[in-house]
Amino acid sequence: MKVVVPVKRVIDANIKVRVKADRSGVELNNVKMAMNPFCEIAVEESIRMKESGAAEEIVVVAAGPQQSQETIRTALAMGADRGILIQTDVPLEPLAVSKLLKSVIEREGPGLVVMGKQAVDNDNNQTGQMLSAKLNWSLGTFVSKIEIKDDSFEVVREVDGGLETVSLSKPSVITVDLRLNEPRYASLPNIMKARRKPIETLTPDELGVDVTPRIEVVEVNEPPNRQAGIKVSSAAELIEKLRDEAKVLA
Amino acid sequence: MSVLILVEHDNEEVKASTLNTVTAACEVSDDLHALVIGFNCNAVVSAACNIDGVSKVIKCDSEAYQYGLAENVAPVVKDLAESYSHVFAPASTFGKNLMPRVAAMLDVQQVSDISEILSEDTFVRPIYAGNALATVRSTDSVKLITVRTTAFDAASEEGGAAPIEEITSTGDVGLSNFVRHDLTRSERPELTTASIVISGGRGMQSGENFNMLERVADKLGAAVGASRAAVDAGYVPNDYQVGQTGKVVAPDLYIAVGISGAIQHLAGMKDSKVIVAINKDEEAPIFQVADFGWVADLFNAVPELEAALD
Repeated sequence: MKVVVPVKRVIDANIKVRVKADRSGVELNNVKMAMNPFCEIAVEESIRMKESGAAEEIVVVAAGPQQSQETIRTALAMGADRGILIQTDVPLEPLAVSKLLKSVIEREGPGLVVMGKQAVDNDNNQTGQMLSAKLNWSLGTFVSKIEIKDDSFEVVREVDGGLETVSLSKPSVITVDLRLNEPRYASLPNIMKARRKPIETLTPDELGVDVTPRIEVVEVNEPPNRQAGIKVSSAAELIEKLRDEAKVLA
Repeated sequence: MSVLILVEHDNEEVKASTLNTVTAACEVSDDLHALVIGFNCNAVVSAACNIDGVSKVIKCDSEAYQYGLAENVAPVVKDLAESYSHVFAPASTFGKNLMPRVAAMLDVQQVSDISEILSEDTFVRPIYAGNALATVRSTDSVKLITVRTTAFDAASEEGGAAPIEEITSTGDVGLSNFVRHDLTRSERPELTTASIVISGGRGMQSGENFNMLERVADKLGAAVGASRAAVDAGYVPNDYQVGQTGKVVAPDLYIAVGISGAIQHLAGMKDSKVIVAINKDEEAPIFQVADFGWVADLFNAVPELEAALD
């Protein structure tokens, strides 16, 4: 089985973002970028499938600016086999990404697409679901366990009420949640080896996909700031404040 | 123009998230059609008819929809959506799973997790774990929207008397099958709708220690939540998780116990009306957003709090 893993380059999740002074967006210049954490979990899962013999080849796909190559290299250093960069400087929306991925996936013919459930920049949580619709494949979202069966994937989904297990016919799009695995760090020899792994570059034009944004970003603002309040030093004092000042306890 | 609302339910009752979604939809239209897709879901249909503001309930009842599988449900929504200006769903795991599949079938760029409606095509939504608020304008002819439920009041479950229209099933597309549910059973209020939430973090050190929080929760009528660290460590189930990629809560009172306050956790609770933090590390970032901070060892503080509530 071939596995395709889409990955996204985002601001490092540990960095607090700043809104640009002209309110046109979030400051991306001179900010540390990294692979979206959910994508790392997807890459890790695909590598474990290869290590267990369930997967033969792992193809990592990124869409975005030229620097997204670095994100692909990270996945190659973790253990993926080759990369495809769909290069564009147009800000990509999930619908456009799903169309780009569809055209690459139809060419590659994988048995499984495994990807992060959301990217921590725009927090859309859409691309995997959209891709499954475009391909008319089965869909497993927010997945914390994948069991590969003969003609299906049995996945455990993290839903609001607890857990749900569903059986997905192959091929399938699976979006992964935090508890699926703990991604490995790339070792230095593997980072060196990844430099020689192939990355093919394509463009949306070559794939025949119109990526014109459908959503206009009018402005981006800082959220209202909460101020630190006061310190208390006993339960009695806390309860008194909550009753008499904050009036949130009866 | 009319708007369509996807009713979240379990074939027995309407989930509270639907009521917040109705309130959001009311801001763009006064002709609200509630779509109930399920199996043997008459109780849900009746309840939807009673929701204040709903002018029609559309029922699509078939065994194919018993477990709400997105592959089967999405075609029903897709067929209806083009006669509406907007389709609304809650940004719960129900809406997040289903709505983008519909959007892709319609070739529409969905707007996720909106917290404010500025006009019929312009919305505010948090991005970057709520560290920025984007005002976005949709240019698609049908707007597909998921709603951050904590940002909108719940519509009244009474006052409506909507007529019912039945539509035929689009059937089972045969892509997936439900296997089982392992749902958390609790007598406590639901996390996303509770007026008081008490959450524990890595500092709780074990699942057993969450019993301390549960005893306080029961005295306060509160729900119990957790940080990602506590869920990852296996102290509590995944559905307790509050944060950027877990549940978003905005209760009147949020009590964070042994939670340091990573930005991903703050994203899920910083819209709470009053925040209390109990942590022995006075440098913990949670204190920067807390209205009332108590620097103390939680293993002393929580029992003291429980006793003081008697």
